Amino acid sequence: MSDLAIHTGDAPASARGSRFGLTGRIALGLVLAIVLVAIFGPFLVPYEPNAVDLSARLQSPSAAHLLGTDHLGRDVLARLVAGAGVSLGSVAIALSLILVLGITIGGIAGVAGGRTDQVLMRFTDVFLTFPTLVLSLFLVAMLGTGLVNVVIAIALSHWAWYARIVRGIVLSLKHRDFILASRLAGVGRLRIFAVHLLPATLSQLVVLASLDIGHIMLHVSGLSFLGLGVVPPTAEWGVMLNDARQFIWTEPFLMIWPGLALFVTVMAFNLLGDAVRDRLDPHLRMEHAH
Amino acid sequence: MALFILRRLALMVPMLLGASLVIFLVLRLGPSDPALDYLRLSRLPPTPQAVEAARELLGLDRPILVQYLDWLWSALHLDFGVSYALQRPVLPDLLHYLPATLQLAGFALLLTLAISVPLGIWAARHRDGLPDNAVRVVAFLGVSMPNFWLGFLLIFLFSVELGWLPAMGKGGLSHIVMPAIAISLMSLAINARLLRASMLEVAGQRHVTYARLRGLSDRKVERSHILRNALLPIVTATGMHVGELIGGTLIIESIFGWPGVGRYAVSAVFNRDYPVVQCFTLLMVAIFVLCNLVVDIAYAYADPRIRLSGEGTR
Repeated sequence: MSDLAIHTGDAPASARGSRFGLTGRIALGLVLAIVLVAIFGPFLVPYEPNAVDLSARLQSPSAAHLLGTDHLGRDVLARLVAGAGVSLGSVAIALSLILVLGITIGGIAGVAGGRTDQVLMRFTDVFLTFPTLVLSLFLVAMLGTGLVNVVIAIALSHWAWYARIVRGIVLSLKHRDFILASRLAGVGRLRIFAVHLLPATLSQLVVLASLDIGHIMLHVSGLSFLGLGVVPPTAEWGVMLNDARQFIWTEPFLMIWPGLALFVTVMAFNLLGDAVRDRLDPHLRMEHAH
Repeated sequence: MALFILRRLALMVPMLLGASLVIFLVLRLGPSDPALDYLRLSRLPPTPQAVEAARELLGLDRPILVQYLDWLWSALHLDFGVSYALQRPVLPDLLHYLPATLQLAGFALLLTLAISVPLGIWAARHRDGLPDNAVRVVAFLGVSMPNFWLGFLLIFLFSVELGWLPAMGKGGLSHIVMPAIAISLMSLAINARLLRASMLEVAGQRHVTYARLRGLSDRKVERSHILRNALLPIVTATGMHVGELIGGTLIIESIFGWPGVGRYAVSAVFNRDYPVVQCFTLLMVAIFVLCNLVVDIAYAYADPRIRLSGEGTR
């Protein structure tokens, strides 16, 4: 995922259209379905995700509670649906932060070149010497626990690859004739970056980001599972798994549902990521070999 | 080769220095005040006098560069300070828990390589056949599987239902198998697919065709002409996987009651116990960088072009 070849041209015509085939469409459908559940689900489930009902603890699935209830009598389905919103929302925010950081730092390094480039890239390299989870843990220690801080920590521990890719593409293009022509015509650096250079990086950024979404989602849930992210009683899949661990011997279904939800969501995004990569950048396809 | 290793070792120094500087600055310039955290974890009331005294005790009243150099100097003498929460020296405690973590992560790495390489070869041999598709599906499920959920599923199946393996604690092989599988499945899945793709790519190159034309047996061509070259990307990927395996270990330890650094570190993160966090982070970075150094050396050993040109791999 990280050893991406720098490739800037457009995809050949043969790779367009045909490549976003059946799996891509299924993945897109799944992702849309999950997004719809996250948005409209809370209105359809007749329970509050945090409504405690101690008289209805640890119930098996029934007509009233389709997936049963947890150790505090909360409806599992309502909590799953609420968890979808938390997962998707935090990934969306983390990814936006990553893109802003990566484009800004990589762009400045590439456009400015020289010493600025050197300093910024050494700075970026330092971030790459940390295992990502260790870096996130460290940043959470600095910022404090909680979902917002976890999202910031994850963004700060993932942007470095994006910055490198943006810089690489900018460097490969900035001495081309059309860029020189724009500069001679008196176009400012910022404008050249925004109009000519940034669009060239987009297809690679989209590919990297769509392959990274699942990874980031697992990261958020993992930190919440460790008790550092989402604070109980807020419903989130990692928190639900952590709640369920004490009942694994007696009520194993409690740990099946949140894990399955996370697994299916990550899988849907990974499928979509593969399809996007095949479509936008056939040179990166692992299937390419023949 | 010796020169190459020396140069690589020398490169580690600025990397670790850079990491230590970032670790130190981020914690000091971050939004919270170590003196307050120190008082909170020592269960002292944060009166203005107490804050002042703590600041002096921790040396926070000095210029930040002096603080950093002081910390670095102590760190070079293996003194990483005293935990605010436990009032015990940090490094001995961390080193007490570290072997268990390294054991688990090392076993997971072994498992990754031992399973992914045969799977990748098998899939490449039967391209688009049943084995290839089976490996494809397994690999796809593997990259999407949350490792902590997989841990629970394994406990549920092998401990709760079948009663074959112990769910908690550290002991022989029976204790390490489940956590190691949970940690390694993702890297294993990525590796198997990578090796398959890389073998098919090498198999299409001219020197392989030439070897076949020379009348070498399929087996010999595969072993000495395809596999040797195809394994190179796997070596590089292994360096990346080490980071993921370390991260996975920290999470999985809490599920299987594995007595490693994970719980110690997570509670330090939760409490904002700075000396512990600093030492832990630097230790993990050092291990990660060292593993990547070993990978680079292995790569240079396998591919003479690298060590002769003297250029980095990554």
